[in-house]
Amino acid sequence: MGRFIVRRLFSMLVVLFLLSVLTFLIFQVIPNGNPALRLAGRTATPQTIAAISRTWGFDQPIWTQYLITMHKIFTGSVISYNQQLNVFSQIKAGLPATLSLAIGAGIIWLFFGVLLGLLSALRAGKFVDRVLAILALGGISTPSFVIGAVLLYLLAYRTNVFPNTGYVSITDPLGWFYHLLLPWITLAILFIGLYSRVLRSNILDTINDDYVRTAKAKGLSRRRVIVRHVLRNSLIPVVSLFGLDFAGVLGGGTILVETVFNLNGVGQYAQQSIAALDVPPVLVITMLGGFAVVIFAALVDIVYAVLDPRIRLAS
Amino acid sequence: MIARDIPFTHAPEDADGEAQPSAGLGPYRLALRRLRRNHVALGFAGLFLLILICCLCAPLYASAIAHTGPNAEHLTQTINVGGRTVDVVSLQGIPIGPTWHSRFLLGADSNGEDVAVRLLYGGRTSIIIGGTATLITMVLGVAAGVVAGYFRGMVDGILSRVLDLIWSYPVVLLGVALGTVLALTGLHIGPVVLKGTSLMVPACIIGFVFIPYVAKPIRGQVLSLREKEFVDAARSLAAGHLRVMVSEILPNLSSTIVVFVPLMIANAILLEAGLSFVGAGVQPPNPSWGNMISDGLQYISTTPGLVLAPAIMLVLAVLGINVFGEGVRDALDPRAQIRIEH
Repeated sequence: MGRFIVRRLFSMLVVLFLLSVLTFLIFQVIPNGNPALRLAGRTATPQTIAAISRTWGFDQPIWTQYLITMHKIFTGSVISYNQQLNVFSQIKAGLPATLSLAIGAGIIWLFFGVLLGLLSALRAGKFVDRVLAILALGGISTPSFVIGAVLLYLLAYRTNVFPNTGYVSITDPLGWFYHLLLPWITLAILFIGLYSRVLRSNILDTINDDYVRTAKAKGLSRRRVIVRHVLRNSLIPVVSLFGLDFAGVLGGGTILVETVFNLNGVGQYAQQSIAALDVPPVLVITMLGGFAVVIFAALVDIVYAVLDPRIRLAS
Repeated sequence: MIARDIPFTHAPEDADGEAQPSAGLGPYRLALRRLRRNHVALGFAGLFLLILICCLCAPLYASAIAHTGPNAEHLTQTINVGGRTVDVVSLQGIPIGPTWHSRFLLGADSNGEDVAVRLLYGGRTSIIIGGTATLITMVLGVAAGVVAGYFRGMVDGILSRVLDLIWSYPVVLLGVALGTVLALTGLHIGPVVLKGTSLMVPACIIGFVFIPYVAKPIRGQVLSLREKEFVDAARSLAAGHLRVMVSEILPNLSSTIVVFVPLMIANAILLEAGLSFVGAGVQPPNPSWGNMISDGLQYISTTPGLVLAPAIMLVLAVLGINVFGEGVRDALDPRAQIRIEH
C-alpha cells in the first residue's frame, strides 16, 4: 500500500514537471517571433518589450528562461501587462466564485446523473429510458454557454425569476445560493447526460453477473440487490470519472459558464485576459489548471487503491 | 436443440421464413442494414446534411437574396420593410429584429450586419473547422496509436507519456492557451505560414487537442491485434513493419475509426464554438456561431435573436451528428465504449 502511494506520487511529480515544461514551450518557445512581443500583447511600446525581454530573461539560454518563468510563477510575482495587476492576487480574488460554482455543480450532476442513470437502467428499453436517452443526447450536444444564455434569457430577463448575473459572496448564503443556482444547473447538464449514460450501461453489464444472481437466489429483495450489489459495483467507474471531471471543471472547465453569468471567477479572469490578448494570466491559469487535473488524478488513484484492492494489485 | 445453439448457420431451415442474416454477409453489410433500420439516426443525419448544404450555399444566399456580405456593415442605412422605412440600427443602438424579408431576414446585429448571412457563413466556418480538425485528429491519432501499439517498448513509452501529458490538460484550457498564443503570432509549420486570423489556426488547435482521445483506444486495440495469427502469417511472408501496420492492422481498425469520425466532428464543432465564444477561436471579422453568440450576449435583453439564432443552429447541427454517430456505433459495435470529454 505504502509503496503504491509513493510510486503514484512520484509519477505525479514527473508529470507535473513535464506539464510545466510543455506549458512553458507553448507560451514562450513554439510560436515564432519575439516572445516578449507576445507577452506584451497588442499595445506594446518598445520600452515595455525591452523591459519584458530583460525580466523574463529572453536573452538567455532556454533552460534559464524556463527557470526564470517557474520562479516567477511560484513566487507569485507575475504581472499582467494590460492592467499592471499581480496575476496571483487576481486569481485568489476569483477563487471563491470558481470553487462555489464547481462544487455546487458537482453535487448536482453526481446526484442527478446517478438517479437518472439508475432509472433508465431499471426501465431499459421502455418509454422512460428512451426519453432519458434523448434528453441525455440533447444535454451532451448543447454547449454550456448556450444553455446558460437561454436560461438567462427565459428566467432572468423575460420573467425575472432569477437575478441577472453576478456573484454574491457566501457571507450572504441566501443570495449566494440564489445567484449560483442557474450557473450550477448550466454546468451540470452536460455531465448529467454523460454520467447517466455511463451508469446505465455499467448497470446493464453487471445486472446479469453471477453474484447478482446469487444475491437474488438467496432471497434478497429487489431493492437490496440493486442498491447493495448492482449499484455499488457499477458506481466504481462513475466515481473515478467524477474525480477527473471535477478536476477538469476546476482547472478551466468553468470559463464558459462564468463568462455567461458574469461570476468574476478565475475562468472569467482568463476569458478577459484572452479578449485583451494579455498573455501572462493565461500562462499562469493554464499551468495551474493542468496541475489541478494531475494532482486530482493522483488523489483519485490513491483513494481508489485504498478502497479497492483489485486496482492496487493490477498496477 | 442444436439448431437453436447455432441459429445463423441453420437459418435457411427456419420454418417461419423470417429474413435471417446469412453467413455470407460481411460485417459492414450487416452494420449498414442495422443502420438503415434506425430511422431516428437517419433522420438526424438528414438534418445535419440539410444544415451542411445550407451553409455551403452561404455565398449564393448572400449575393442572390440578401445582397450583402457577411462582414458588410449597414450601420447608418435604412431599409424598406412592408412599405415603411426603418433604420437598420436605431439611434439608441438597438439593431433591427427579424424582417422576414429577403434583406435582414433574421435582423441585424449591433454593427448593422445581416444576421442570416452571418449565420450561414458562421456555419460554413464551423463545418470547415470541424472537418479539418477531425481529419487532423484521425490521421495523427491513428498513426500515433498504431505506432505505439505496434512497436511497444521505448516508442510506446515515449508516445504514451506525450499523449498522457496532452490528455491531462482540460480540453478547453489547452485550446484556449494555444488559441491565445497563436492568434497573436499565427502558426509556422515548416514552409506553411498561417496568419493569426486564418481559420486553419483553430482547426489545427482543435485537431491537436483531441489526438489522445483517439490514439489511446487505438493503441489498446493494436496491442491485442499484433498478437493475432494473421500478423504472424504476414511476417512469415517477409512483410516489413510498415506493410504489417498499413495493410494488416489498419483494416482491422476501420470500424473503430468509422465510429470515431462523427463523434469527433461533433466535438470539434462544440470546441470551436466554445473557443470562439471566449475569443480564442475564430478571430473577427470572420463569423462563427461561437463568436456570434458571444457578441449577441450583451444585447440578449433587447434582441435575443442574436443569441438564439446561432445557438439553435449550433445545437441542431451537433445534435444531428451526435444522434447519427450514436446510430453508427450501435450498428457497428453495440458494446463499444467511446467517450470524449468537453
